[in-house]
Amino acid sequence: MLRYVIKRVLQAIPVLLGLSIVVFLIMRVFSADPASVVLGEHATQEQMQAWREANGLTASIVVQYLNFLGSALRGDLGTSYYTHTSVTTEIMSRFPATVELAIVAIIVASVLGIVLGVLAAVHKGSFVDGLSTFVALVGVSMPIFWSGVLMIILFAGTLHVLPSGGRIDPLLAPVGGTGLFILDTLLSGDFEALGNALQHIVLPALALSLYSMAIITRMTRSSMLETLGEDYVRTARAKGLPKGSVDRHHALRNAMLPVTTVIGLQFGSLLGGALLTETVFAWPGIGKYVVDSILKSDFPVVQGTVLLIGVIFVVINLIVDIVYAYLDPRIKYSQEEG
Amino acid sequence: MILVEKTLDSGQEPMGPTKGVDAARPQKAESIWKDVWYSLSHNGPAMASLVFIGLVVLIAVVTAIAPGVLPYDPYEQDLTQSFAAPSATHWFGCDQQGRDILARMMVGAQVSLTVGVISVALSLVVGVTLGAIAGYKGGKADTAIMRLMDIMLAVPSILLAITFMAALGKGIDKAVIAIGLVSIPEYARIVRSQVLSVKANDYVSAARVIGDSDAKIIFRHILPNVAPSIIVRATLGISGAILDAAALGFLGLGVQPPQAEWGDMLGRGRDYIFQAPHVMIFPGLAITLTVLAFNLLGDGIRDAFDPKSRRR
Repeated sequence: MLRYVIKRVLQAIPVLLGLSIVVFLIMRVFSADPASVVLGEHATQEQMQAWREANGLTASIVVQYLNFLGSALRGDLGTSYYTHTSVTTEIMSRFPATVELAIVAIIVASVLGIVLGVLAAVHKGSFVDGLSTFVALVGVSMPIFWSGVLMIILFAGTLHVLPSGGRIDPLLAPVGGTGLFILDTLLSGDFEALGNALQHIVLPALALSLYSMAIITRMTRSSMLETLGEDYVRTARAKGLPKGSVDRHHALRNAMLPVTTVIGLQFGSLLGGALLTETVFAWPGIGKYVVDSILKSDFPVVQGTVLLIGVIFVVINLIVDIVYAYLDPRIKYSQEEG
Repeated sequence: MILVEKTLDSGQEPMGPTKGVDAARPQKAESIWKDVWYSLSHNGPAMASLVFIGLVVLIAVVTAIAPGVLPYDPYEQDLTQSFAAPSATHWFGCDQQGRDILARMMVGAQVSLTVGVISVALSLVVGVTLGAIAGYKGGKADTAIMRLMDIMLAVPSILLAITFMAALGKGIDKAVIAIGLVSIPEYARIVRSQVLSVKANDYVSAARVIGDSDAKIIFRHILPNVAPSIIVRATLGISGAILDAAALGFLGLGVQPPQAEWGDMLGRGRDYIFQAPHVMIFPGLAITLTVLAFNLLGDGIRDAFDPKSRRR
């Protein structure tokens, strides 16, 4: 197992290095001259040259990349062209908001997706099966930003039961702690703030979870159907075990293996969806930060955030692979043979 | 897969050593496409989707050729009609500038479909070529191509697309490039794995023995046999491209004003969400229904190509 883990970690390193090169090249080679973007079209050549020198853009592209990589490895992702603040600091202050949203969304997607998928498989061809197929199809077809808008119109605009945006009432926001408001308010016993934070997260988490829920529902249904047809399930039934017990203990347990992988991968892709969800719900996370920075052509922020999300994505995939190999030893052995 | 691979290369010249045997091929090939069409035509949701897509394509083409058929000029502002609610005169209401939403949605279909089709074509051509080279050549070419694909897959596709947009600048042409580029790895991966399994077949070895070039073997003997997977992926890919294009439009990175595009219309209505929800509801509905139609059609084509599913 340890050999497999080391092998997968080593395989991730060139991907991360390659990612840093690709992101750097997109930002520095294919984009417009940042000096003209930041200083505007009326800046003189001298002003632009001085700005480039001040921002380390006059060195060769290789030197610029090595400087960028060296700084990134030390945790320094550069400085915003506009606010002159550290990109790392800005990202870290917003990161807990995105993580909290992604965690709640993946919990919602997993619970609803697995329940719907299992019910659909166990009652194949029934109304529940049809409903789960419909939910899965609509979930993958509806743009996140539109489902978010519909939820705002219904729950905030018409029914007035949930807030339309933001993360918490500013007067109730916890100070310090992990930055995960639900956890912080729970730990401090401030239930008024906890309730407020939960109210704020319901709609964005639900909107963000729809796509993942659809994928998890489909995967659970097909995996469960496959397992229900296995010999050991038939044997268990033939032995006279109750149907519910066979479904839960024999079928569901084995059907969960591929579902676990999908849940892990979906958690990574939620970070992509967070870009749009945070914009719709004014959720103060890194998604909204990077979108605002793109609209302003603030390249260091875009570069740093994309690299960070890429690293998280790769690390999540790595963890999923390792967990999967732990749960299903056949994966590990086939990789080692290969 | 075997059934498909034996019969799909209808347009090909039969290979030398098996010329006599292959005399019956065109008939077989005809029957597989007939089977696929038969299965598809008996799939209600897929056929309904095909009709819906046909209708959207018709609207896009007709409004491009003859803009006179539009109920109103999609660019003409009438501030007296600002945020007018849906009515008999303006079926889907008007936007902030008093422009007819239905007319703008009809014109917007041109952009959404064009982006969907061209970006998929771009990723298809590049992805299939790279995947075929990686799978057929193997060795260093395979490693280099697939590592690059792994890197591109290491970032959520929408994030990579907006990173390209940040670098390339705003505009629909750039959106097409960005969306096309980020989908390349999916096609490359599918084609590579298919090529790896197909290239071990006897007919590929036979083509090599009679001196066919690598390019001829790839394009005339291997790729036609991986066509079903590519067709299914491309159909589903169009729905993904339409969603990505709408997302870029929503973020303000797509078309430039006053051009109409569904995602952009949704994004511009965001500030008036409670005042005039219809400004966002109808374009969102158009995106969802079109994407749903391509998804259902893709599922239907996949089932039609799957012999097991056909037998059911």
